[in-house]
Amino acid sequence: MTDETSNVVQSLSVAEVADVELYHPKSWITKYVFSQDAKIIAIQYSITALSIGLVALVMSWLMRLQLGFPGLLSFIDADRYYQIMTMHGMIMVIYLLTALFLGGFGNYLIPLMLGARDMVFPYVNMLSFWVYLLAVLVLVASFFVPGGPTGAGWTLYPPQAILATTPGKEWGIIVMLVSLMLFIIGFTMGGLNYVVTVLQGRTRGMTLLRMPLTVWGIFTATVLALLAFPALFVGCVMMLLDRVIGTSFFMPAIVSMGEQLPYKGGSPILFQHLFWFFGHPEVYIVALPAFGIISDLISTHARKNIFGYRMMVWALVAIGALSFVVWAHHMYVSGMHPAFGFFFATTTLIIAIPTAIKVYNWVLTLWRGDIHLTVPMLFALAFIVTFVNGGLTGLFLGNVVVDVPLSDTMFVVAHFHMVMGIAPIFAIFGAIYHWYPKVTGRLLSDTLGKLHFWVTFLGAYAIFFPLHYIGLMGVPRRYYEMGEMAFVPPSTVTLNAFITIVALIVGAAQLMFVFNLVWSLRRGRPAGGNPWGATTLEWQTPQTPPGHGNWGKTLPVVYRWAYDYSVPGAAQDFLPQNQPPVPRTA
Amino acid sequence: MVVTVIFMVVMAVLVGWWLSRQGLTAKPWLEVGVSDDARGAEPSVHPTAKIGLGAFLVVAGSLFSLLVSAYSMRKGMADWHSLPMPTVLWFSTGLLILSSVSLQTAVIAARRGEHDGIRSGLLAAGVSSLAFVGGQLLAWRDLAASGYFTAADPAAAFFYLLTALHGLHVLGGLVALCRTTIKAFVLSEACTPQALGELTLSVKLCAIYWHFLLLVWLVLFSLLMRWTDDLVEICRGLLT
Repeated sequence: MTDETSNVVQSLSVAEVADVELYHPKSWITKYVFSQDAKIIAIQYSITALSIGLVALVMSWLMRLQLGFPGLLSFIDADRYYQIMTMHGMIMVIYLLTALFLGGFGNYLIPLMLGARDMVFPYVNMLSFWVYLLAVLVLVASFFVPGGPTGAGWTLYPPQAILATTPGKEWGIIVMLVSLMLFIIGFTMGGLNYVVTVLQGRTRGMTLLRMPLTVWGIFTATVLALLAFPALFVGCVMMLLDRVIGTSFFMPAIVSMGEQLPYKGGSPILFQHLFWFFGHPEVYIVALPAFGIISDLISTHARKNIFGYRMMVWALVAIGALSFVVWAHHMYVSGMHPAFGFFFATTTLIIAIPTAIKVYNWVLTLWRGDIHLTVPMLFALAFIVTFVNGGLTGLFLGNVVVDVPLSDTMFVVAHFHMVMGIAPIFAIFGAIYHWYPKVTGRLLSDTLGKLHFWVTFLGAYAIFFPLHYIGLMGVPRRYYEMGEMAFVPPSTVTLNAFITIVALIVGAAQLMFVFNLVWSLRRGRPAGGNPWGATTLEWQTPQTPPGHGNWGKTLPVVYRWAYDYSVPGAAQDFLPQNQPPVPRTA
Repeated sequence: MVVTVIFMVVMAVLVGWWLSRQGLTAKPWLEVGVSDDARGAEPSVHPTAKIGLGAFLVVAGSLFSLLVSAYSMRKGMADWHSLPMPTVLWFSTGLLILSSVSLQTAVIAARRGEHDGIRSGLLAAGVSSLAFVGGQLLAWRDLAASGYFTAADPAAAFFYLLTALHGLHVLGGLVALCRTTIKAFVLSEACTPQALGELTLSVKLCAIYWHFLLLVWLVLFSLLMRWTDDLVEICRGLLT
């Protein structure tokens, strides 16, 4: 880690960018509402995603109340329960996690971390947000249409999704499909921006291998999303046609409520293939940005360079590529050929290798680091633990013989909540505590933050750890109430009540977090430009929050990688990426 | 899903090839400073819009490969029967080839700075593309007239879906083509080289998009005409 400056151009002319290249807002509306500035769009995305996420949070309370204390809430009947369950899953996975990681963090961090003034297609970027907002509004509208939202489960499996006995058959399913299609269109516009900005918008000296891992994570996830979302789009179009004009893409000949329906010859399995071809990469669309963010948080708050940076990049790319050949492990119980099952189990287990490399590298980054237990760091550590936990149960479920008995039990619910619910949410919390000072210029309250962390972390384990055991006992998922079943001991009832109470407490802690966000906006401690002593470019902006165009007159020039922490002989314990090397005096 | 997997493998190879030229074996922790000759140090020389279009074509390619996958899967089922293909499809195929060719001539003209060539190329492409869409509509009517416009027929449903999605992509392209054509007619002969350069780029992007649409259509056409049945059969054989 010495300042080697061999074959380096010493005196560099600063890269000036003519003012005309930048779009300038002319009025309040174009500055803050129909804004083409990636930072404003990022904030719009984040607020929208967090707001709809709060709706989904309330839904999880309702579900837990029903499971823990059946019959407590009289308005929850079986139909209502399915609707709540469906919307909770759909909102959390797509409208919150995907939108927040890519639309929120992607928009804010990509241009700033790469030393760009903005995204390469700002107008399309603005459209992306407004189409996303429209998708959210259409989704919300489904609560108010006759019959309410669809209750088909977040996987929307046909034929049940459009049969008369499923709640929301009239309008809910149509509205849901339209909303998803809008989301995909909006996302594609944003996603093209993120990818092309990474390819074209990097400042001088920012080679691909000097990009912070956050950008690598978001970049890889965006590529996955661009390739995978069309599968959901095709599925949505076909199902919409099945529902609206009665084609038989997915609908087999079927008798419903004693009546032969006009459908014939469609293939429900085809939908499963399309859905999971999107659905599995979706897991990594959510996980890869989290991986990147966690790498940066750990390195910054342990004051140590990331261990095995190159390997981290390769692992991200490898996970991304592998995630396209594992989709059918969600379909082991669909009656597939055993050879297929063998193939998909193998590819699934192979993914554990690059993932394990990442986990080892995080741990080795922490090893003998100067660990500061700040709130972002606490969340980052919680992420690692939780992801390992959820990942290990993933290895169980990836094996056909283990999956078949566990399929459709609460074990699966516990697994995916750990791995793609709790873990990414921890990454999001860590990231918000970490970057909030840059966005607003003020630090979030530390006391509230620590309280929020401990309640959420311990609470999440109190909720989902017991859920694994409930699943192992054979309690099925998606059941509105258990009734009397011989194989379910009374202790699960107690356990369910316990989980519900914890879930309510954890939910309340999230409201405290929202309060913290609002309160610290005015009352938080002023942060200064670089409160964490971080090296990446977004902390080196001339203004905090960064002004329009990010960089003042001249773009930064990048001289080093993103992880020069605790460099021996350096004056500070970090060297910003845009700090020129010391000229050699020999 | 074999088609889709093949598409993804091709994409992965392309990405891998690109990544391999980006200095992924560099050791960034040892290299301080800015060296101008480092590979991958500077963003690509291609115009940003072209890269953007390329990325979009990958997304559209993924969409169509998934549709083809779905079609092949459904085709493999026992109750499948094929549609008689309307002859007018041959004409529309010719028209799409024509528009692709005329856009290519417009690109050549733009490289030489011949304004008339650009304009006539763009106009010819626009007219023939509109005629292509018209031809597709005629094919739809033909099929409907022979009683295939029913939701109950899976082959017809796929035919309408595939042609409609392809047609929508053509119509979207026509919006861009229309804007480029207007730009070409507004621009005077004595324009600045920069303005001509921008026009050339727009024409090039249109041409790339049309070649892509033609390629997709040729794939869809050969599927619908059942020329690829053997291929599909082989693919299925590989799977089972």
